[in-house]
Amino acid sequence: MTEFLSDAREFLPILFQGVQLTVLITVASLAVSTVLGLFWAMLRVSGSRVLSGFSVVMVNILRGIPIIVQLFYIYFVLPEFGVSLTAVQAGIIGLGIAYSAYQAENFRAGIEAVDRGQVEAAQAIGMGWWLTMRRVVLPQAIRIALPPYGNLMIMMLKDSSQASTITVAELALQGKLIASSTFKNTSVFTLVALMYLALSLPLILLVRHLEKRADRS
Amino acid sequence: MICLTDVHKHYGSLEVIKGVSAEVAKGEVVCIIGPSGSGKSTLLRCVNGLEAYDGGEIRVSGTRVDRNARSIREIRTRVSMVFQRFNLFSNRTALENVVEGPIHVKREPRAEAQERARALLAKVGLTGKEDAYPRELSGGQQQRVAIARALAMRPDAILFDEPTSALDPELVGDVLRVMRGLAEEGMTMLVVTHEMGFAREVADRVLFLDGGVLVEQGPAADILSRPAHPRTQDFLRRVLNPL
Repeated sequence: MTEFLSDAREFLPILFQGVQLTVLITVASLAVSTVLGLFWAMLRVSGSRVLSGFSVVMVNILRGIPIIVQLFYIYFVLPEFGVSLTAVQAGIIGLGIAYSAYQAENFRAGIEAVDRGQVEAAQAIGMGWWLTMRRVVLPQAIRIALPPYGNLMIMMLKDSSQASTITVAELALQGKLIASSTFKNTSVFTLVALMYLALSLPLILLVRHLEKRADRS
Repeated sequence: MICLTDVHKHYGSLEVIKGVSAEVAKGEVVCIIGPSGSGKSTLLRCVNGLEAYDGGEIRVSGTRVDRNARSIREIRTRVSMVFQRFNLFSNRTALENVVEGPIHVKREPRAEAQERARALLAKVGLTGKEDAYPRELSGGQQQRVAIARALAMRPDAILFDEPTSALDPELVGDVLRVMRGLAEEGMTMLVVTHEMGFAREVADRVLFLDGGVLVEQGPAADILSRPAHPRTQDFLRRVLNPL
């Protein structure tokens, strides 16, 4: 135990550098996935067969390819077409795009859960598609989509570790690097696990709060 | 003002409206009655383009109703609708429901719209409920908010789609009284209803629809007291003496 504590004192500063990258990638790719996911969901419910079909195809492609392969594609393949990204940029964009598929399905479920009668009432007072979305559907859909959105945040936090496969030195990779140079596997990976847990616990509590609130209304 | 000419509609191979022609003049109150499944609500929903129709023509103040045309939004601001299930925006208060159209569709100044909305809520007997959410209101109160919301658009006509069918019996009267008040002020109203008492007292004319066909139409007293057609007679007998 005393050995673990002294290891912790030694390794924590380095691991914290990893935590910073983990948080950066999680927050930034959350933003990318949210915007893109909303975009897919809007295409899906646009009423246009072409746009909706395009959205279905894209979401299924993104869902059907492992995140790690999508990251490899963006980091290793795109440069061949002249698009060079730093590892962090590629990680953010890759995770953001991969998760946009799940965001899209979540938002779509929220949108479809909004009472159809209210949509008709909006149309009946002369609202167009976009105004109906903005004033009536989205405010209610987002409330419905909030608890599962929190769960996606937790999954993204953990999946940000996949960016380690394209050399982003986030928490998991920092841990691996320290472990392989010090052979203190137990201390290092216990610390890494505890740090992930410390990051996700607040999110887990947030989701619980959101679910309770959703139940009340 | 509302003019239907040989309107047809089908869902796949099922024809639900089989060539209905009718007219509603300015200031007139017309009730549509008939058995469920007769196409009453569908016909009403075609008038403001919530449903598409497949043949014939519907005109509102001369403008052809085409739900895919740009003009449909303008028609909808002139012809309001009150729904069976109220369909209030559940994330907004009574007052917000009423001002939503004036502010965001007609771009009226907020203060002015709110002042008018308060007056409309008072008119339907809901003073003090301005800040209540729909879930905090009874069905009858919700429907009266919906009527205020319809009036807030300053419509030329209002369509009512079975406005009291989802209400507890003791709340029906509050809504019907508000509707009678509107009729007395000269509002043009097209009302799908099962309330024969309302049709008899308030409607200028009654249309009897059965199986997608306009079987009979005429002054309310005539249709309800001395129906000419056997199908109308049979329907009224069953509605008025259910036992």
